Amino acid sequence: MIEIKDLHKSYKMGSNSLHVLKGINFSCEAGELVAIMGSSGSGKSTLLNILGMLDEADSGEYTLDGVPIKDLSETKAANYRNKFLGFVFQSFNLINYKSAMENVALPLYYQRVPRKERQEKSLKYLERVGLREWATHLPSELSGGQKQRVAIARAMAAEPKVLLADEPTGALDSTTSYEVMDLIQKINDEGNTILVVTHEPDIAEMCKRVIHLKDGVIVEDKKVEQVRASQYVK
Amino acid sequence: MLSRDTWKEIFETIQKNKLRTFLTGFTVALGIFIFVTLFGMGNGLNNTFAKFFGDDATNVFFVFPGRTTIPYKGYKANRRIEFENKDLTDIEDKFSMLLEYISPRITRNALVTYNDESDNYSTRAVGPAHQFAEKTILMKGRYINENDIKGKTKYAVIGRLVEQDLFKGEESIGKFIDLGGSVFKVIGVFQDDGGDNEERNIYIPFTTRQLIEKNTDKIDQIILAFRPEIGYAGAMAFEGKLDAFLRDKKFISPEDPNGIFIRNVADNLKQNQQFAAVLQIIISGIAFAVIISGIIGISNIMVFVVKERTKEIGIRKALGATPRKVTNSILFESIFITTISGFVGMIIGVVVLGQIGGKTLEDDYFITNPYIASGTAVFATILLIVCGTIAGYIPARRAAKIKPIVALRDE
Repeated sequence: MIEIKDLHKSYKMGSNSLHVLKGINFSCEAGELVAIMGSSGSGKSTLLNILGMLDEADSGEYTLDGVPIKDLSETKAANYRNKFLGFVFQSFNLINYKSAMENVALPLYYQRVPRKERQEKSLKYLERVGLREWATHLPSELSGGQKQRVAIARAMAAEPKVLLADEPTGALDSTTSYEVMDLIQKINDEGNTILVVTHEPDIAEMCKRVIHLKDGVIVEDKKVEQVRASQYVK
Repeated sequence: MLSRDTWKEIFETIQKNKLRTFLTGFTVALGIFIFVTLFGMGNGLNNTFAKFFGDDATNVFFVFPGRTTIPYKGYKANRRIEFENKDLTDIEDKFSMLLEYISPRITRNALVTYNDESDNYSTRAVGPAHQFAEKTILMKGRYINENDIKGKTKYAVIGRLVEQDLFKGEESIGKFIDLGGSVFKVIGVFQDDGGDNEERNIYIPFTTRQLIEKNTDKIDQIILAFRPEIGYAGAMAFEGKLDAFLRDKKFISPEDPNGIFIRNVADNLKQNQQFAAVLQIIISGIAFAVIISGIIGISNIMVFVVKERTKEIGIRKALGATPRKVTNSILFESIFITTISGFVGMIIGVVVLGQIGGKTLEDDYFITNPYIASGTAVFATILLIVCGTIAGYIPARRAAKIKPIVALRDE
């Protein structure tokens, strides 16, 4: 599903340049649930941003579902993101003046899905994250866990090839974190490919494969026995 | 160009960001409102101006005699010049090709009495043609005619306010009034656009006045009109010829600045029109500045709006919005708001102009019938919308180009 070869990325900081990714090689199959771990500054978020086409690599190859991702114009990147990728952010990034349902429907709007179908679909995905009754509520009326579930519903509504989650539990307490992870696991059980950036070991253990990044290179890549989050959820 | 869906998205955004919408709309509406009212007031000022100077015929010369200051052809300086009846016929003979009409005018103040009512009024002893020079409008009865001049009749044409003051609503035609010791019969009542003072005049035949004043043939002033076909240049030439003719006839040095005066209304009119034009330019300048500051106002708000929405733009881009879609939605939102509020401001301005026009404004502030041509108002509104759009496009485009990760980091 994802194939990257010798990926480099550095940031210019005034006269210095900060080499963040120093040759990443990585591939992942459809249906995997991968945790990307590392201390802060290890380059894990940068890697996810490049995978999410929110940022561009300096050199290296990136193929997503057989499509080579290179020479991206903003418009092309936007179209790929819309078609291939779903995002879940640490700070949820819901649009605050839109209701839960409208937030979920937004990627469908950019896919030019007709209005009625958008509404049906977004209700369906809200139902799946257990928030159907909250459809008309604004993000400010939802708890942190609920917001993240809306964000996940939004990411899933576009039916992406890959779901990218950047510290999805970073702003949540452990109980809500497990609820969110339970949801992510269920989505993965349905065959979706998910990449989760985290620095919490217990969250990483709930994935099927863990990648450790350190100083811009992958130092460890192992399959793990998945811990089901459902046992912590009442 | 835009699907119904896009519009719906724009409406929703507008609806849910009321403060932002209000700020933008208010700036535009206020700008247009100020422009419309200011411009309208300017036009009102111009109207008053036209009214002040539009009272008399525009093809008229007023000729006044003066006192010489230079000795000439054996005559001493400081000699008083006087016109007499002969001068009228001489001018008529000499300039028959250029002249449309001519009338003398002898002005005297007189105590006028009817029954118990009396007051001082200015009487003007004139010829029949004077009616055209002053644009006197007859309400009833008739004006002084040639027979009155020949017969030296004791007939008077009184102003509307004279009738009102002396007759108190009674019918005045055919009644007799005492005018400075002589009895005159009222044969007509007139009104005049030149204001209240004009309507406190009384016209009598000039020959009658001369008869009363010991059968003299002296005249105070001569009022004459040239044929309008000769145009402005022709009028100026006529003025020069008339001046030379009268100086020659009355033995006044061509260099003497005081012997004779000719007031050329055409010349005045031209000056007045220039003055009015300058006034209009000043007003237009101010109005233009208002529009410019309106444009700057919208630009500032657009920059603020886009800045405020940076994070939202980042989210939308992450979800698959192309830069073009981002730019379009910001732009159409601003066009929609500026158009609606622009026209609202314009309509309010026009309505306010219509409401404030009235007697107080006219008398105290010299503003008559303030109005704005609908073309001007619409043009200014559209100009503001177009400039607002251009001003909005630049920050919108820049925002659309921000990398999503940069935009997402914005708090």
